[in-house]
Amino acid sequence: MKLPIYMDSHATTRTDPRVLEAMTPYFTEYFGNAASRNHSFGWEAEQATEKSRKQIADLIGATPKEIVFTSGATESNNLALKGIAEMYAERGNHIITQVTEHKAVLDTCKHLEKNGIRVTYLPVQTNGLIDLDQLRDAITDKTILISIMYANNEIGVVQPMKEIGKIAKEKGILFHTDAVQAVGKIPVNVVADGIDVLSLTAHKLYGPKGVGALYVRRRNPRVQITAQMDGGGHERGMRSGTLNVPGIVGLGAACEIAKNEMAEESKRLSFLRDKLKDKLMGSLDEVYVNGTMEHHLPHNLNISFAYVEGESLLMGINDIAVSSGSACTSATLEPSYVLKALGAGDDLAHSSIRFGLSRFNVEEEVDYVANKVIDVVKKLRELSPLYEMAKEGVDLSKVVWAAH
Amino acid sequence: MAYSDKVIDHYENPRNVGSLDKGSKDVGTGMVGAPECGDVMKLQVKVNPQTGVIEDAKFKTFGCGSAIASSSLATEWLKGKTVDQALEIKNTDIVNELSLPPVKIHCSVLAEDAIKAAISDYKNKQGATSTKAEAVTVQ
Repeated sequence: MKLPIYMDSHATTRTDPRVLEAMTPYFTEYFGNAASRNHSFGWEAEQATEKSRKQIADLIGATPKEIVFTSGATESNNLALKGIAEMYAERGNHIITQVTEHKAVLDTCKHLEKNGIRVTYLPVQTNGLIDLDQLRDAITDKTILISIMYANNEIGVVQPMKEIGKIAKEKGILFHTDAVQAVGKIPVNVVADGIDVLSLTAHKLYGPKGVGALYVRRRNPRVQITAQMDGGGHERGMRSGTLNVPGIVGLGAACEIAKNEMAEESKRLSFLRDKLKDKLMGSLDEVYVNGTMEHHLPHNLNISFAYVEGESLLMGINDIAVSSGSACTSATLEPSYVLKALGAGDDLAHSSIRFGLSRFNVEEEVDYVANKVIDVVKKLRELSPLYEMAKEGVDLSKVVWAAH
Repeated sequence: MAYSDKVIDHYENPRNVGSLDKGSKDVGTGMVGAPECGDVMKLQVKVNPQTGVIEDAKFKTFGCGSAIASSSLATEWLKGKTVDQALEIKNTDIVNELSLPPVKIHCSVLAEDAIKAAISDYKNKQGATSTKAEAVTVQ
């Protein structure tokens, strides 16, 4: 076992060596521009991108022509939301999303609000999922788009995609999903799920950084998107810019591996995740899982250790790479807005740790991580005035704190 | 974020962790911060009422490594000081000693607040007693 241990796969994943191997010839040998139509260098590059389109489409139940390459999911989300808002402006000006989306969706919505788009941010229930009745109630005759993430990047809960897809279809509203955390990890099918537009990125599924895709439905309905960058009119006019051929080859290879190995891999990872959870909860009291485990990514565990502050816990486990929802670990000095949205109280957000297992983690690492976390939590609770008060029977929610 | 060696040392080997009898007349307790803000410090001093010298100091802190280090350092500094000398400890002294970065300055402010709160609690306890004693004398 090698230290440090990487268990932060919701942030990014290691590029699979098989993916890298597929990519390398496209830097030095087949370096052509996929838009060069009149020589073999261009043809080879184009062929490679077409192969990748098919590999991606096969993974999500789409057709190759429905795949638009981008620089990653932030761009995909921007292109989807802004491009649809602009294209369908005559039909309406209302978008429905929800509060625990990634900033790439939330901040894009905020931008659109400045331009006269009305946005409804649905709350989530304590389990992290949206309430479908609230979604139905939020729909107006001006609603053009519902954008709900497939799986959450912090708490790993999987939203009810099929039901949302059905509601959108009934009402004739487009359905976009940020599926960055789900694609390649759990079965995603744009037909079965009723998804019209979907964002994905390579580096979350063992591919390279800097490349992603947007699935844009071509039939029933044919979705149109206004380009957000002007240029050579690549990607059927939706996204200009010379294609990142090596990256695209990597994305395709990553999708093909995921399709072949997902069933087995997700079983293995959920076993490891459950082992981690059971060890932590078996050895420590007052440990709370954030987000329902019933609809959950197989490799995610977000857990709060009451009376222990997240950054101090990370400091004690500095040979393990994970993240915390604690304010001290964020640039804004605010605790995680995702955990706050669950209504669990800010103190549990400050005490949370997110574990993201990956293809490359082994059982020995899980054992090491569990033992180390247990030791450090125990040590920090010895240091914690809150733990002492709780043990004395003080109801912390009733204490009047001298906040500073 | 990179931590200074001194912060890491206090985090790994915190000095004077624990609790003193908060009911005792010679013990002053200061509890500052709030769980929803992500830090709570409890700092206690045991003062010799004859000399006014702090004979013992203990802390418990819920917070980041810098908050733990700030309160640990504060207890080290408090021991052997008189109550009035203790009130001269400034948060900037803690910032300098631990090389805290700007985003962690609030940890040192909290430690200074905890010192002041503990001393003020001690003084209140003494004041309450001496007032009573005075009242008795007058009678």
